[in-house]
Amino acid sequence: MLSTHQLSLKTGQRQLVTALDWQVGDGQCWSIIGRNGAGKSTLLRTLAGLRAPDGGHVAIAGRPLAEWPLAELARQRAFLAQSRSDAFAYSVVETVLSARHPYHDNRYWEGSDDHSAAMQALAAMEVDDLASRDVRTLSGGERQRVAIAAMLAQDTPLLLLDEPANALDLAHQVSVMRLLARLCREQGKTAIMVGHDLTLAHSVSTHALLLMGDGSWLAGSTVDVMRADILSNYLGHPIDVLQHGNRSIFIPSEAQA
Amino acid sequence: MHPNPHHLRRRATVILTALLLFALASLIFAGMTGSVHIPLADIPAALDELAHGQAQTLAATLLDLRLSRAMTAFVTGAALSLAGVMMQALLRNPLADPYVLGISAGASVGALAALLFACAVWVVDSAAFAGAVAVSMMLYLLARRDLRGGTAAEGGTALLLLTGVILSSACMALVTLMLSIAPESRLRSMVFWMIGDLAGAPVRALPWLVLGGALLFALRSARSMNVMALHAEAAATLGIRVGALRKGLFFVSGLLTASAVTSAGSIGFVGLIVPHACRFAVGPDHRLLIPAATLAGGSYLMLADTLARTIIAPQQLPVGVVTALIGAPVFLYQLHRLRK
Repeated sequence: MLSTHQLSLKTGQRQLVTALDWQVGDGQCWSIIGRNGAGKSTLLRTLAGLRAPDGGHVAIAGRPLAEWPLAELARQRAFLAQSRSDAFAYSVVETVLSARHPYHDNRYWEGSDDHSAAMQALAAMEVDDLASRDVRTLSGGERQRVAIAAMLAQDTPLLLLDEPANALDLAHQVSVMRLLARLCREQGKTAIMVGHDLTLAHSVSTHALLLMGDGSWLAGSTVDVMRADILSNYLGHPIDVLQHGNRSIFIPSEAQA
Repeated sequence: MHPNPHHLRRRATVILTALLLFALASLIFAGMTGSVHIPLADIPAALDELAHGQAQTLAATLLDLRLSRAMTAFVTGAALSLAGVMMQALLRNPLADPYVLGISAGASVGALAALLFACAVWVVDSAAFAGAVAVSMMLYLLARRDLRGGTAAEGGTALLLLTGVILSSACMALVTLMLSIAPESRLRSMVFWMIGDLAGAPVRALPWLVLGGALLFALRSARSMNVMALHAEAAATLGIRVGALRKGLFFVSGLLTASAVTSAGSIGFVGLIVPHACRFAVGPDHRLLIPAATLAGGSYLMLADTLARTIIAPQQLPVGVVTALIGAPVFLYQLHRLRK
């Protein structure tokens, strides 16, 4: 689905990622893990095409990003930004409908197919009862779910999510993550997400990409790379992994004073 | 409860038809009203005379004068209001207006310099237009970063906004300088130009062409403007060429502002409160907001101008005073109702 070739990312003088050769297959669910400022969001924005790489290139379905027409690309991948600012009083349903933009080149108004896609996406995120609300009056978690609903309405095979669990309550964190895992498993969608909750990431992801922030990186299946010793190294704090039934719980170790 | 697509289309048709009828009614009202009242019954006969190119009766002559002035008011108000909508979408800030980036301040510098040297009317107009273009060019060069790129302009439009505000205050300093050294005899015309006045504004085809072209551009970009207003830079991931759209909005709204300011001086408040009131009444969807604000802005300035020339007749007020005196309280009222 997505691959990077000798991809390098920099901010200012700092090398964040060096020579990243990475293959993401159909139906895989990846978590990008690393410290603050390690380049997780920068990488995600580069994958989305919002930022030019400082070296190498990104390809979706084997075709480099630069060669995709923008509208066609918008039918291939959706992007969830880390934060949102709403300047105008659009309603929730208008917000979600706007994500149908890539599908109606020649329409001035949306059709009923767009409306049913929007309402389905709202229902999937359990915000259908908010459809006519002004987006500026929503709580942080509700707004986040509306943004994810917009992403679902865009109906793309590749989903790029920057901290999807942000601002969500516990129940919705779990249900959103389950939904993403199900989309990957059952519909063959591909998800790449940034998140800080290791337990949550481990429970839904099939693979993980660890970023050190000095250019080095490690990619592999969660079994191979989400190990206590490796994570401790990449996150700069000792981490313990506990087994609870068949789940792995990640907790920071007590500092040895 | 949730609006279906047919409902949306019907609603848009109803609202726009109502606004169009209102604009026509305002035009007829502007024709009837003045120091000599023309009864509604006499209007068709007078219009018929005008249509045949010969105005013989008093009614026809007056109607000719009043209607051409009202039409100029309409095209100016519509241009300012449309420019306001575009500027607000460009900056993603509902408090932006066509003047915020200093394009009209540039026009003021040009026009006042021409008035200071007692130039002919056409020189004043050209100087105003040249001033507006000069400021736009400077803005574009200085804030290229925000407008660059076909697809993913990084970051917001903060640089553009700040540059505009600074250029605007620099231009206003030049204006103040010119006002303070101007001889008494020219001061009055200079001040009137600054406030915005439709008296003696010539009837021209160019503003209509600019308005028509801009409206076409705005309607074609209406859906993209919605996506950009909602998703900011991430609009690029929905297939919007953010940089190109910003560039288009910047130049087209600049052209509209320059055209409006050139024919009528810097009339305030229309470009701020009409888009605001329309957004409040019909919602923020640009597909409806753009034509609605254009019609409403034209009608508003037409009515304000009718008021300006009749309220203390035979003395005429500059229309900018009326738009501000009505605009400020209406805006405050709206703001406070919104915040509740």
